[in-house]
Amino acid sequence: MRSGLAWAAVAVAVLALALAPLGLGRYDVYILTLWLVTAVAALGVNLIVGYAGQETLAQAAFLGIGAYTSALLAKAGVPFGLAFFAAGGISFAIGLAIGFPALRVQKHYLAFVTLAFSVFVWLVIRNEEWLTGGVMGLKDIERPSLFGASLRPHRLFFWFVLAIAAALTFAMWWLVRSPWGRAFTALRENPVRAESLGVNVRRYTLLAFAIGSAYGGFAGALYAPLVEFIDPAPFALGPSLLFLLMVVVGGSGSFAGPFVGAAVAVLLPEWLRFAESYYLLIYAALVILMMAFCPTGLVGLAGRLWSLRRRPARMAEDEGARALGEAKP
Amino acid sequence: MADFLQLLIAGLATGAIYALAAIGFTLLWQTSQTINFAQGEFVMLPAFFALVAMHWFGLPFWLSALIAIGCAVILLGLVFKLVIVDPLIRQGVLPLVISTIAVGLLLKDGAKEAYSAEAHRFPSIFPDRLVDVLGVKISLAQLGVLAVALAAIAALQWFLAATSTGRQMQATAQNPGVARILGVRVERMVMLTFVLNAALAAVASLLISPIYLVKFSNGETLGLAAFVAAIVGGFNQVRGAIAGGLLVGVIDNLAGAYSGLIGVSSSYRQAVPLALLVLVILFRPQGLLGRREERSV
Amino acid sequence: MKKSLLACLVASAAALPAAAQDSITIPNIIELSGAGATVGNNWKNGSSLAVEEINAAGGILGKKIVLEFVDTGSDPGKARAAIQRALDRKPVAIFGPIYSGSVSATLKLTADAEVPQIIGGEAANLTAQGSKYIFRTSFGQNVSMPKIANYLRDEVKAKSVAIVYVNNDFGRGGRNAIMKELESRGIKAAADLSTESGQADFAADVIKVKGSGADAVFVYLNEEESARFLVEAKKQGLDKPLIGETTLLGQKVIDLAGAAANGVRGHVGLTVDAPIPAIQNFGKKFEARFKYKPDHNGVKGYIAPYMVKAAAEKAGKLDGKAIAAALHGLTITPDKVPGILIEATWDATGEIDRISFLAEVRDGKQVITKVLPKLKQ
Repeated sequence: MRSGLAWAAVAVAVLALALAPLGLGRYDVYILTLWLVTAVAALGVNLIVGYAGQETLAQAAFLGIGAYTSALLAKAGVPFGLAFFAAGGISFAIGLAIGFPALRVQKHYLAFVTLAFSVFVWLVIRNEEWLTGGVMGLKDIERPSLFGASLRPHRLFFWFVLAIAAALTFAMWWLVRSPWGRAFTALRENPVRAESLGVNVRRYTLLAFAIGSAYGGFAGALYAPLVEFIDPAPFALGPSLLFLLMVVVGGSGSFAGPFVGAAVAVLLPEWLRFAESYYLLIYAALVILMMAFCPTGLVGLAGRLWSLRRRPARMAEDEGARALGEAKP
Repeated sequence: MADFLQLLIAGLATGAIYALAAIGFTLLWQTSQTINFAQGEFVMLPAFFALVAMHWFGLPFWLSALIAIGCAVILLGLVFKLVIVDPLIRQGVLPLVISTIAVGLLLKDGAKEAYSAEAHRFPSIFPDRLVDVLGVKISLAQLGVLAVALAAIAALQWFLAATSTGRQMQATAQNPGVARILGVRVERMVMLTFVLNAALAAVASLLISPIYLVKFSNGETLGLAAFVAAIVGGFNQVRGAIAGGLLVGVIDNLAGAYSGLIGVSSSYRQAVPLALLVLVILFRPQGLLGRREERSV
Repeated sequence: MKKSLLACLVASAAALPAAAQDSITIPNIIELSGAGATVGNNWKNGSSLAVEEINAAGGILGKKIVLEFVDTGSDPGKARAAIQRALDRKPVAIFGPIYSGSVSATLKLTADAEVPQIIGGEAANLTAQGSKYIFRTSFGQNVSMPKIANYLRDEVKAKSVAIVYVNNDFGRGGRNAIMKELESRGIKAAADLSTESGQADFAADVIKVKGSGADAVFVYLNEEESARFLVEAKKQGLDKPLIGETTLLGQKVIDLAGAAANGVRGHVGLTVDAPIPAIQNFGKKFEARFKYKPDHNGVKGYIAPYMVKAAAEKAGKLDGKAIAAALHGLTITPDKVPGILIEATWDATGEIDRISFLAEVRDGKQVITKVLPKLKQ
């Protein structure tokens, strides 16, 4: 009964999204598409942070790897489909390569290694002018075509991204609900017990990091044709930190969290244009308040309010189940 | 050779400032498992306090510098501990770490909105003169920075090793449980480390601002350097942070000048300290001078 | 400042329904934060000042101008999105961006929409991309670098030059342009040093410059980095001539570097210290209003609205396409349009031509030593 209701809600949400661009101007559709792309990358961060309990400071770098891979392949005449999977595949492989040594040692070290990696990637993009165009960036990135029709019109491209984002979201949903994915949950709840039950903690964490990074790559492959121009700036360390914050604000470890978090990061600044320069201040304060009073994020907050109204008695139980990954050091 | 010596001294001078920031970093980690991603902003901000005192209230520089240290101790020490760390540590390490990232953003954008987005001059405590030491031209300012930073570090080391409060702090850092049984007022000691961290950051800020200029975004570079220094030196050792800071300062300067010799373009200069970081994590995760940490999960 | 911005936004919001009748909105897509904050704020204040004057004198063709300021955060991706958004409302012109990378990322959009884009960017290639809608407010590097190279050859008499540049769109473009010019004049590049935007420590770079044995140093950095470099150069007793292009001799650098800026020489495309009363007057007005001395970006922002005014009045209508067409080949002289400050001509690619200056910094002041004539009289 509950899952039937959830499916109906998802169907309504997707339909509403599909119809949304009809009433919107070109820029609004652009922002809405950017939100979807950001949410895909945030889904990856959520897998790493919310499910595997690690910290990644390199999601923007993976976004960059994906963006440059797909843009360069597109310029070389490779079809988009191939470029898209190459972007994800390369990110996955790099994720494995840097995650393997980092996860060998103790907690937080993945954060340190991804931080260094993030700066490396930015330097390579900036310095290797022959490949990436350096600081001047890559211009005139073509949007792909589908069945012979160009996706250059903003609405068509939005629907294209929506379809891909929906597919990637479904894949992630399947992943975290498969027996394989349940191991993550076990890991999150109690790593020691999970290990004693035969879950290879390191292998699962590594795979979670690699898959999460691949989502960054996929998002990048969509980002490049969306903006039609890429340069090193959006792939630096700062934006990687923002990815981490947005997932946490949305609700790390909850499935809808990345979408809500990406909305706060991408859509809200547009609506709050009058707040302009104060936006980041408000955002940062929100993160701190959220962490102090409701570490389950906006989704957790909504859930809490909902159960408060419906089933006051079960509130405590719900809250306990949703508690963030690792509650203790 | 003269160049090399000059680079070495320049590197040590900035390295000593990184060390000040890195020490606070390790102190917070030891006493309260706080990885403070806002550490760079903690070094950026006190110079703004001094600027406000000088330009908004017309106070003399020496007084403004003292006020800057005072404000830092209160806001970045006491208030940070009571308002941010205490409520958040209850939620776990991850929420706290993420909150410090947000605190960094808050301080950075706060300084930008409240003061200005532009860079500002900052008066130097030391005269702007060159002295000739064995044929090497060395600036007095650089020597002064080095001397003050090293004196602060030496005072801290003495405090930790020779005073009763210092030893209690160390005991708290090593094992709060045992320290409590031995009668150490653990809470007070933890608070003291936050105050110390803020004071060290303020000293670093006053020393580095004449060279770096005062700008809201300065924390990005400084934070990264302190972070690398702390990990390279050893995350759980004060002397590790000192060695790490000096090492990062020197390596960064040598990399800037000599990276061409090993076939690396100077445009990859920033990568050199980070490569060191990765090597340390791979081969000596406890840091160059750190000790192995045995913690339950 | 904040209040005036707010007032401006409120005014533009309130004016929206009535906009079609008595006012036009010109979006400024500029660098109000990030690495380009100094540049962007100078532009913003300069253009606000000009618009106040124009509005007080009755506007353009009877319509009041409302400026809208959008921050790009010095990020080309954001600039692109902001221009797209601005173009949705079909403005008669767009001002900015000032960073060349951001201009490069956006010039195709304004060309497609047929809206003139008055830019602050100086990269050599911007006017070479075939856009009929892009107009400079200052020399491109394709114009200024030959002048610097001549200066190094004729006045400084340097046989070898060390180049210190900032590795971003501005510095990289300038470095490529000067390299070409030095080579064609037989001047050796003794060192070619890349530095970071936001770099704080220039000790290693100054040591490399000293070790290169160059006769002169060409410093091509943004404002803050220029100041830090000068301070470090003085600290290490670097005694070679320090040569710069506009930025290095700018007021902001002089303010930040203090005594370390004394002795710096070079070419200045635009400066408030030019020995021309109109420009000095502008400098005074600006300083009285905003409490600091503008740099060349303040002047660039100031002339942008006057360019639109002169072109629109020549075309006889407030229409983007007509304004762009009118600006090509147009010479605006200060006796007809005082706000243009110095006579300027725009060619068919949007390149600007006007007199420029050789200058040096003495006692914390920029002093003009020579006036260079327009390229085409």
